[in-house]
Amino acid sequence: MINFTDVYKRYPNNYEALSGLTFSLDEGEMAFLTGHSGAGKSTLLKLIALIERSSHGQVLVGNQNLSSLPKRKIPFYRRQIGIVFQDHNLLHDRTVFDNVALPLVIAGENHREIGRRVRAALDKVGLLSKERNLPIALSGGEQQRVGIARAVVNRPPILLADEPTGNLDPDLSREIMQLFEQFNQVGVTVFVATHDIDLIQTLPYRQVILKQGRLA
Amino acid sequence: MTVYLLRHLQVMLFSLGRLWRQPVASLMTITVIGIALVLPAGLFVLSENMSSLSNRWDSASQITLFLQKDVNPQQANQLSSELQSWPEVEQLHYQSAQQSLEEFRQLSGLGDVLDSLPNNPLPAIIVVEPADDYIEKSIISQLVEKLNALPEVEQAKLDMEWLQRFRSINQMIQRGVTILAILLSLSVVLAIGNTIRLAILSRESEIRVMKLVGATDRFIRRPFLYTGFWYGFLGGLIAWITLVFTMGLLSGPVNDLAGQYGSNFSLQWFGGFMVLILPFTGAILGIVGAWLAVGRHLHLIEPS
Repeated sequence: MINFTDVYKRYPNNYEALSGLTFSLDEGEMAFLTGHSGAGKSTLLKLIALIERSSHGQVLVGNQNLSSLPKRKIPFYRRQIGIVFQDHNLLHDRTVFDNVALPLVIAGENHREIGRRVRAALDKVGLLSKERNLPIALSGGEQQRVGIARAVVNRPPILLADEPTGNLDPDLSREIMQLFEQFNQVGVTVFVATHDIDLIQTLPYRQVILKQGRLA
Repeated sequence: MTVYLLRHLQVMLFSLGRLWRQPVASLMTITVIGIALVLPAGLFVLSENMSSLSNRWDSASQITLFLQKDVNPQQANQLSSELQSWPEVEQLHYQSAQQSLEEFRQLSGLGDVLDSLPNNPLPAIIVVEPADDYIEKSIISQLVEKLNALPEVEQAKLDMEWLQRFRSINQMIQRGVTILAILLSLSVVLAIGNTIRLAILSRESEIRVMKLVGATDRFIRRPFLYTGFWYGFLGGLIAWITLVFTMGLLSGPVNDLAGQYGSNFSLQWFGGFMVLILPFTGAILGIVGAWLAVGRHLHLIEPS
């Protein structure tokens, strides 16, 4: 599903974030991406989400070669990927419902379908009763679950998460991971960047470990 | 297609809602646009009114025939009745040299000076009002030549110079209206463009998030274009209301003035035309301004 072949990422200031990285993730697989801060975790996720492009090497996602994807097709590509952020990236002037609905509105779904799917996603993360709240009225864990609901609402085949439990206590972190496992069980490829080693040691998934831009 | 239109309608109302939630700031922008639009509109109304005045005066144009000194009243009467039979002549009015003298004495207040003159220096005149069909400029000058050629006539003079001056002034105003309209349109575009630029910058993080969840540039652009549309449209409405109000204030004095000249002239203010053209023009300018701002700033905001 995700294939990196000899991928380099060099920034304009000559900093090399990734150096000859080769790895792959199968369809329907769940894996963790770990490593110290600055090891290249974020850069790797940015390459998959096409926030950045590789300097060298090939990135294939779902048989699509990302280096040859034209800029105007990026929005449509991103609709196949759900992204969960450490700081949630919610819109604070819109309700929980409207936040989760955003990807569907953007994709041009009709009104009834939006209502149905948003409620299904909110039900999944246990926040159906808070659909009318503004994000500011929710706790950190709840905000993160809104972010997850938004990431999965249009049923993307790939779910990326960048330090999703970074600001949460262990119990909440475990709940969030359980959510990811549930999505994985229905066939979503899940790739979670985290340095919460204690938590992921207890889980039976592969770890992709980065060290200075290479596989360790 | 209906879904597409429905979506546009939603965005349109959504943008209006955003303006509504910041009433003071929105009202200030809209008022600035309204003032910028009402100035050329007001001058346009002024110049149209001047045109319609000068058109009315067209039909009031007269040709004055100054008769030769040696033409006696009898010959003048003969000439009058001959002229009366011409198709070009609607009406005429004969005034003898003596009557001219009396009129001048009354109007000028120089009676004593006239009395000291050995004889009457003023000629007899015939004032000719041309028929409607002959009022047009080229035709009327032919008529003047024809009258000039009559042996009894020393000079035929068309009383239109002041009207031509008036028209020149009006043309000047019309040109001024055009220049002012262009300049103020530009300022509306820039004002709206700048407002939209600020709106884009204040929504920078929102735009990033939308791009991350797969929004196309068109999708992100749309609400800003509609915001520009609303600024222009509502500014146009404000301009219209201002115009109506101003005309209401002016029409009384104008009617008074016209009454003093014995005219039934009243101010035309093109309310129906303006209620269409002002908001429409405003909306177009608003979209153009928003488009410029969006084109310059949106692609600079990318997720990182």
